[in-house]
Parts: sequence; C-alpha cells; structure tokens
Amino acid sequence: MGKQICGRCGHKMVSRDFGSLQRVWAFWVVGLMCYVPANLYPMLKTKTLFQNDESTIVGGAVELAHHGAYGIAFIILLASVAIPLAKFWAIAFLAVSVKSHRAAANHSRQVMYEIVEYIGRWSMIDIFVVAILSSLVQLKTLATINPGPASIFFALSVIFTMLSAQAFDSRMIWDEPAKDGDPS
Amino acid sequence: MKDMADPDLDVPLAELIVCPHCDAAYNLQVPDIGDKAICQRCKAVLIAPLHKAGLKIIALSLATFVLIIGAAFFPFLNIDAAGNRNSASVIDAALAFSSGPLLLLALATAGLILFVPLIRVVLTLYVLVPIVLDLPPARHAMRAFRLSEALRPWSMAEIFALGCAVALVKVADLATVGFGPAFWMFGGLVVLIVAQDSFLCRWSVWNSLEHPKKS
Repeated sequence: MGKQICGRCGHKMVSRDFGSLQRVWAFWVVGLMCYVPANLYPMLKTKTLFQNDESTIVGGAVELAHHGAYGIAFIILLASVAIPLAKFWAIAFLAVSVKSHRAAANHSRQVMYEIVEYIGRWSMIDIFVVAILSSLVQLKTLATINPGPASIFFALSVIFTMLSAQAFDSRMIWDEPAKDGDPS
Repeated sequence: MKDMADPDLDVPLAELIVCPHCDAAYNLQVPDIGDKAICQRCKAVLIAPLHKAGLKIIALSLATFVLIIGAAFFPFLNIDAAGNRNSASVIDAALAFSSGPLLLLALATAGLILFVPLIRVVLTLYVLVPIVLDLPPARHAMRAFRLSEALRPWSMAEIFALGCAVALVKVADLATVGFGPAFWMFGGLVVLIVAQDSFLCRWSVWNSLEHPKKS
C-alpha cells in the first residue's frame, strides 16, 4: 500500500504500518543495551569530608537498606529497577502478541499499552533527581554530589524505551478477530 | 473496517470517525457539551467537547507560560549545612551535567523541563487564539497543532516537580533544605498542565481548524 498524505494535518498515512514492529524492536534493543551500563556504572558520585562514595542504582538502595531506610530503598528498587524491567517485558510481550495468535484479551492488551506509554516518561524522574541533587549539593569541602556516567545511559534507556513504545501501532492489537467476545 | 476508502461504503467520509487507537469506524455524532463520545471497542475517548474550553485553555496556557519563565530563574530548593549555603534554580540543575560528555544530558534536561513545555504553550496559543476569536486559522495552524501533540510526551515539567520532592527526601538528613519560590511555581504548573490536558478535545480543535466559522 502506497503512502498517502493526510488532507488535514499533512502527516503521512498508512493503513497498517508494517515497519512499526521493526522500529519497536530496534529501539527496544538499544534501550536494553543502555540499561546495562546504567546499572553497572555509578549514578551519583558523593564526596563528603571523610569519604568518597560512588554508588550504582542497586548499590545505593542496598546501602539505604543497611541504614534501615527500607521504605526508600524499596521505592528506589521499584522505580529504577522493577518498572524499567517491567516496561521492557511489556513492550516485548505486546510486540510478540500481535504476531503470535494466541494472545491475551484485546482490551487488556490495550490497557497494558496505555499504561506503558503513560509510565514511560515518569522514569525520567531518576535523571531529574540526579540533576537536582548535583546542582544543589555543592557545599565545597563539606559535601558535593556529581552525576556519574550511569546517568546518561539511564536517560538514553528511558528515551529509547519511550520511542519503542511510541513506534508500536496499537491498532495491530485489534486486527485479529477478537477471542474474548469483543465486537469488532 | 480495515480500509476507510471502501467503495462499497455509501457514507460520506466526512461523516465517519475512526478511533485512533483501535481503528474501529463509527458514524460521526457529536456529543452534547459535557458529554463524551467513547469508542465502544477500546474505550478511548473520541470526542469530549466542553463549554468555552478554548478560552479556558488559553487562560491556562498564559498562566503556564508565566510560571515556566519564573520557575526557570528563581531557586527551587535551598540547602543549609553547617553554615554552607547553596540554592539551585532549574537552569543550575540542567547545567549540573555540563562537564564533558554529560553536556548532552544537560541540553536534554533543559529541553525536557523548560523548552518543550514552552514550545507547546506557544503552539497552543498560536492555534487556539484565532479559533476562539472566530478568526480564520493562523497559517500552518494544523502543522503547529500536530507538532504540539507530537511533543506532548516529551514535556516533562510535572515530572521535574515530583523529582524536587524526591530529592528533598534524599537530602533531608544531610542538611536543612527549604523550598524556594520556583518549587511552588512548579507545584502550580503540575495542576495547570493536568487541567489543560483534560480540557483539550483534540477532535474539536481539528474540526474547527478544518471548518472555521464564517464571521
């Protein structure tokens, strides 16, 4: 099917974008690749009077748990580890599900897609916290915080995951005749 | 319903509406003000006109504009530890990454929390002001609106506001931390952006761009 131009907004139109899945997987792989160094390198470099501390995401959470701050450690693990991994899994699941025909109910997949699209941008909060901390905590010799190399990889990972989710054409979910009795 | 231009279909295209999420096609029926047209299949909201929505959105956009400019320059948090003081503005936060390869990240941060929201406000005003005043649409208004919609997920001012709160919790035991004026501005910004989003009915905007009122 040839490409046409929308008479209203000038965007190109395709009935079904079959390149969509390829773009989903391409961005997905890059996002996952960026997520590895994001966890291996330090996120924050903290310098206080007596110690020099470079902690990774997981390392920082473990340290907080040792200090007894289980709540905050749990939130960090949830927001920076569990949710990104869940996003990778969800996008992969959706992309596979439109190809293999034994998929879950259409409506729940649509909801899943909307959740992934909604949550994607909120992962940038980690990057903003690093930015805020490193601009705020510059107290000369007493304490300084600087961003570590992981921050750039984490940001790239979030951005590519967002692009991957956006590349997914949610209409493909509904192309298969519904198995759950949805009218279609 | 795969192909809208089906020759067997005798309904004029202008009277059809297709759900952008699941591609179900419906006969167009504009709901009353305050009601919603919802896709029967995927439950997405298709049309949700509101009374004087255009005017409200313009008012909110102007307020957002003022707040973003203000929030950029005033400090949002200040810190005090054993006589050492420091305060940071959004510009400072964005420039925190400015050493070496992290410069790219600095630019992206500044873009996501300041420039993209600002661009969206300007585009929204550019598109909506002529519509509300019953003037013919501005030049390239449709492209402007499409760009504004495409930028929507990348406008992250409200995420930054929550980031402030998280950062506050993290430093709280290290030093005394206080809110600067920009923090409250960001707080207000979150409310404004959410409200603006809930007032905006995309279908109504496209429709009035395509069929401007003759005055």
